[in-house]
Amino acid sequence: MKITIDQDACIGSGQCVLASPEVFDQRDSDGIVVLLQDSPEPGLQEDVWEASRICPALAITLTPS
Amino acid sequence: MTDALPEMPTFPMARATGCPFDPSPELSRRLEDAPVSRVRLWDGSTPWMVTRHADVRALLADPRVSVDVAQPGFPHTNAVSKARDAHMKTLMQMDAPEHTAQRRLLTSDFTIRRMEALRPRIQRIVDDLIDEMLAGPNPVDLVEAFALPVPSLVICELLGAPYTARDLFHRVSRTLVMDEPDPEQAMAASQELNAYLEELVDKKNAEPGDDVFSRLAVEQYRTGAMTRREIATAGQLLLVAGHDTTATMIALGTTALLAHPDQLSAVRDGGDPALVTNAAEELLRYLSITHTEARRVAREDLEIGGRLIRKGDGIIAVKSIANRDPSAFPDPDTLDVRRKARHHVAFGFGAHQCLGQSLARVELQVVYSTLYRRIPTLALAVPLEQLTFKENAVFYGVRELPVTW
Repeated sequence: MKITIDQDACIGSGQCVLASPEVFDQRDSDGIVVLLQDSPEPGLQEDVWEASRICPALAITLTPS
Repeated sequence: MTDALPEMPTFPMARATGCPFDPSPELSRRLEDAPVSRVRLWDGSTPWMVTRHADVRALLADPRVSVDVAQPGFPHTNAVSKARDAHMKTLMQMDAPEHTAQRRLLTSDFTIRRMEALRPRIQRIVDDLIDEMLAGPNPVDLVEAFALPVPSLVICELLGAPYTARDLFHRVSRTLVMDEPDPEQAMAASQELNAYLEELVDKKNAEPGDDVFSRLAVEQYRTGAMTRREIATAGQLLLVAGHDTTATMIALGTTALLAHPDQLSAVRDGGDPALVTNAAEELLRYLSITHTEARRVAREDLEIGGRLIRKGDGIIAVKSIANRDPSAFPDPDTLDVRRKARHHVAFGFGAHQCLGQSLARVELQVVYSTLYRRIPTLALAVPLEQLTFKENAVFYGVRELPVTW
């Protein structure tokens, strides 16, 4: 799994951080998403999938690697 | 799909007697038979109503729809909100790119990290209020004694206002979200609040503390990025959006749990923080308190659920019924605190999704994990059937909640 994020679309809701804190973080200055790792191990992928599903800005794209 | 139902229903639609937690049966019927259909509003206009979970998400994330209340086809809630919208422009009435820029001035104050840092202070507020309640009369109205003071005090904490401001916040917020608001009263309350908040900006500018208003005063007001009035309006938004909503979720959520004792005992006795987190999401889904739903107007022709919606048409995304869509939530009419419900749309979806949702989550998690544990014998002091509900308010809730222990 390969993750790409769209920081322009992100609205800083922080939902991805709640769903998958190992993979997503927020900038302190404006709450915009920061990717901690873009190729998560299989054990983290269910949470990452959940994060992409609940992102209100559709700012997380997952592609098979 | 049914092309036209025999009659066009009036929106909002009445709930069934004896089912205070469920959306109108008419909404369930539409979800099944006519998921995108026209409804009639108070002013005779006939906007579209969108009911399916997937369609509501798609609509609210679509840049071709607008929240601009000045557009002719915008589906207004009532005459008062229409009049008020003409005077007050908050984030909720702005489209991109203005909305994007303004919202980003506030998002740093609502990050997960900041909200988690507030958790101990919120826990203290909740514990102190429970101490006060236990020392006071029994039975008591949980709405007045607990549900309303929690968000009032949290907002004081957030804005850096003294706790004495809680009475003002309480009174103003009540006037602004009443069942049948009086236009003059609402305007006066709004002006009184703005005057207070503008003064607070000056105070914070002179003596900054560790709170949202101090940061806005120092970073935005001093640099000229925001005027005092704009900061006051942002404060008003936080109050209107963060006060009655949270209070309603505390009181109505408690009512729902008391009506489902097995669910209440799971939350109370589970001893599992993850279960309380789940329970908060499930209650948000199940109760979907924003009675006015999410309203938009089409800026271009667009297709939703196989229906062509024309430029200028009003649209109501009915989050409450989308949260009961069986294709998104199996057995949707059952309250199940163990269910994974985080994809609910109670906070909306798209760029306008609730700015304060992370704060609301922490408040609700603290309340649901503390109130029933500290008062394990908490019970209704009157039969459930005697409770009355705010059928026409902006947020659907219980008017009074007499409880005993």
